[in-house]
Amino acid sequence: MAKYLLLKHYRGAPAPVNDVPMNQWEPEEISAHVQYMNDFAARLERSGEFVDGQALAPEGTWVRYDGEGLPPVTDGPFAETKDLIAGWMVIDVDSHERAVELAGELSAAPGAGGKPIHEWLEVRPFLTAPPTVTE
Amino acid sequence: MDEALLRSLTPSVLAVLVRRGADFAAAEDAVQDALVEAVRLWPAGPPQDPKGWLVTVAWRKFLDRARADTARRRREDLVSVDAAEPAPGPAVDDTLRLYFLCAHPSLTPSSAVALTLRAVGGLTTRQIARAYLVPEATMAQRISRAKRTVSGVRFDRPGDVATVLRVLYLVFNEGYSGDVDLAAEAIRLTRQLAAAIDHPEVAGLLALMLLHHARRSARTAPDGSLVPLAEQDRSRWDTESIAEGIEILQAALASDRLGEYQAQAAIAALHADAPTAGETDWGQIVEWYDELVRLTGSPVVRLNRAVAVGEADGPRAGLAALAEVDASMPRHAAVSAHLHERDGDLVTAARLYAEAACQASNLAERDHLTRRAARLNARCR
Repeated sequence: MAKYLLLKHYRGAPAPVNDVPMNQWEPEEISAHVQYMNDFAARLERSGEFVDGQALAPEGTWVRYDGEGLPPVTDGPFAETKDLIAGWMVIDVDSHERAVELAGELSAAPGAGGKPIHEWLEVRPFLTAPPTVTE
Repeated sequence: MDEALLRSLTPSVLAVLVRRGADFAAAEDAVQDALVEAVRLWPAGPPQDPKGWLVTVAWRKFLDRARADTARRRREDLVSVDAAEPAPGPAVDDTLRLYFLCAHPSLTPSSAVALTLRAVGGLTTRQIARAYLVPEATMAQRISRAKRTVSGVRFDRPGDVATVLRVLYLVFNEGYSGDVDLAAEAIRLTRQLAAAIDHPEVAGLLALMLLHHARRSARTAPDGSLVPLAEQDRSRWDTESIAEGIEILQAALASDRLGEYQAQAAIAALHADAPTAGETDWGQIVEWYDELVRLTGSPVVRLNRAVAVGEADGPRAGLAALAEVDASMPRHAAVSAHLHERDGDLVTAARLYAEAACQASNLAERDHLTRRAARLNARCR
């Protein structure tokens, strides 16, 4: 039992095979893509492996502490930021192999022309609770 | 109300329903319903015969559901179940069969863990979901899939004790800290199993759990950080739990059928025996690791053996033992760092601690290793 984050990037991941921006797809291709994502999440829930799935807005605000009694400084978005997270799915599976298998399926979501996007997803393990037995 | 007592009745109540002809999945649902009723009603008026009460209520719940299903599907095949009488049979065997079923080899480890906690442990789906930090709907699906998977398995055959022990070990070793104390639950379930079957490895696992559980309050500092064995305040170890673990282990070892859990428990017992870390009998611990290597061939065991060799025969000997362990093993860098530190090579140790921190699979260990690296780096400056 281990949790993995399947991370989807707006930007920063290597280019997918079927690399057409979503705003240039046919509307029904977008619907098919969304449906695929929903079906995938529903299937994972049925298999008892789904934890969470969220999408993020492409633009956010950068914030930092600016000293005692001062309001936080806000800035951005920065055009030069290389990596941009689009969203994620968290899964709870029995092995790393299973996590890779599921990420492969998610990456097959249909895009332009109804063909799989083959987009790169990042699979990252969660840090767990410490084991009880250590010696 | 003693919830643990209530839940300890779960497996035998479930077994009665299955013996009366209910299929496993439906019986398990009915027992859960009865447990919920018990939690609601018992505080006001506890029954004289708790098990009898649970059987009666669970059976009624089962029949209600079966009748509803029958009516809905207009099928008659479930009606015959009404006439079934409870067959006599020892409750102990029933409990045992339930453990085997819930740890059946056709289940994945996570499914076996979930099913065991629910059907044998009597925990609710919500409690199990919280303990493993997954949504309740996901856990409900995991459990119902597991029930479907084993529903075709005959309930009357003995299974493999080793699969049951692996599941219980997982519950003990890999729990998060939610509102259910999974380590304590694993001990309860293992204790119950040990009462049902005379098997040295079951006893060995129970002893192992008790001996590690005894150190629990000393394992973490008030700020939540890990305290390594050598630095633990041994006056905070639970001596009662240690005494019980050692007694159970000695009885198991006397049967002369050594297994990996007994050997691991023996190592934990030697640590428990030492009044201070400096008085640890590392020579004997190395011998038990040799046994464990022989029994399991596990690279994790070889890695831990290298630590023990380092303590028994000095860090150079430990590094020599470590050289024979696959360097891609998790915690290899952490062990190497520790041995280099003891050997006085602080620069190498600091680098290896930092490397080990990056590879750590849990947050507490990562923080611990990062602190070690930082401390050595400060000394080297």
